[in-house]
Amino acid sequence: MPSLKDLKNRIASVKNTRKITKAMQMVAAAKLRRAQEAAEASRPYTERFNAVLGGLAASVGGSDSAPKLLAGTGSDQTHLLVVMTAERGLCGGFNSNIAKLARAKAQDLIAAGKTVKVLTVGKKGRDALKREYGELFVGHVDLTEVKRVGYDDAQGIARNILDRFDGGEFDVATIFYAKFVNVVTQIPTAQQIIPASFEDAEADGASTLYDYEPSEEAILADLLPRGVATQIFAALLENGASEQGSRMSAMDNATRNAGDMIDKLTIEYNRSRQAVITNELIEIISGAEAL
Amino acid sequence: MANMMQFDLVSPERSLASFQVTSVQIPGADGDMTAMPGHAATLTSLRPGVVKVQSPEGDKDFVVTRGFAEISADSISVIAEHAHVGGDVTKADLEDVLSAARAAAENADADDKDAAEKFVADMVDLLDAMD
Repeated sequence: MPSLKDLKNRIASVKNTRKITKAMQMVAAAKLRRAQEAAEASRPYTERFNAVLGGLAASVGGSDSAPKLLAGTGSDQTHLLVVMTAERGLCGGFNSNIAKLARAKAQDLIAAGKTVKVLTVGKKGRDALKREYGELFVGHVDLTEVKRVGYDDAQGIARNILDRFDGGEFDVATIFYAKFVNVVTQIPTAQQIIPASFEDAEADGASTLYDYEPSEEAILADLLPRGVATQIFAALLENGASEQGSRMSAMDNATRNAGDMIDKLTIEYNRSRQAVITNELIEIISGAEAL
Repeated sequence: MANMMQFDLVSPERSLASFQVTSVQIPGADGDMTAMPGHAATLTSLRPGVVKVQSPEGDKDFVVTRGFAEISADSISVIAEHAHVGGDVTKADLEDVLSAARAAAENADADDKDAAEKFVADMVDLLDAMD
């Protein structure tokens, strides 16, 4: 049976925790709005870019001279998994869900006899995968210092990946991130970026005949590396919104749990206080009777 | 309206412009070109330069670096990697891009060297033009 003093201390400490989680929730809500705005602002670019690139890819893709970024290296022996997670924790299942998806994919690939390499973006994903796949890590991109994700950050990551591709380090690259649906739902997603695949864009893009300046191949060769950056940028933004959304609901839950705990502890506190008073009364009355 | 076309300018971070225009001058990779309504469908990559837009509400300039433009008979979309509204842009903004491009040109291997150096030269031209 904890003493009254102990109970009081515990209530005070849970109240402090509640204040912190409440503050984190509100900060996450504000950041979420900004992250969503950023994601929406980038959408016109991504859509147009993919429509044009998809159309180009459809018309050039069949030929033998198609760039490697589009047609692949002709093998799928070595896979690069780009695991994009948050730099910070306390955001519910966000980081672990992405890591789980990446882990499942890595297991499948290893079971199929493929070589797997892992590039992590964001500290939490690296921590989650280090124990099992630490020896497969080829690099890590640190975004701790980045306050607001810009296109330049995405380009940096894309260059990192493309340099490795040009160096023949891998044949297929897949990015892992969480798609933002709403505050309670974020879907961990795996998306293949090299060789590029366009399922939905091909239909409408290919119908228009364009003049190309300079040549069709030159434009395509110019656009494909940028397509990688664009997809990574979109994924980073989705991830940003997902992280804040996930943190917001996690902190909402934590705040509510803390409230429940305070209620329970307060009842216990009141009961033990009453018990002490009753005990004292009994002692006084039995003392008086003895006289 | 037959003598108008839809103009869109988007960068990865935001959409900068979307309105009706009468003509647009684009810094294409092979030289400047002006697109007016009824232009043949064209896809061109951009070099660093100024996109000049003429519309009934007045003329507007946008500074773009890298990207491409999609022209059709009734619309034109400029999809730029970096874009600024003409009046807002300062030389300092662009000098970062230039120094990054210089570094890239130095490290580029033989295949990319020409393209990287052309980009640097175009950036220098653009900066000179702003004086």
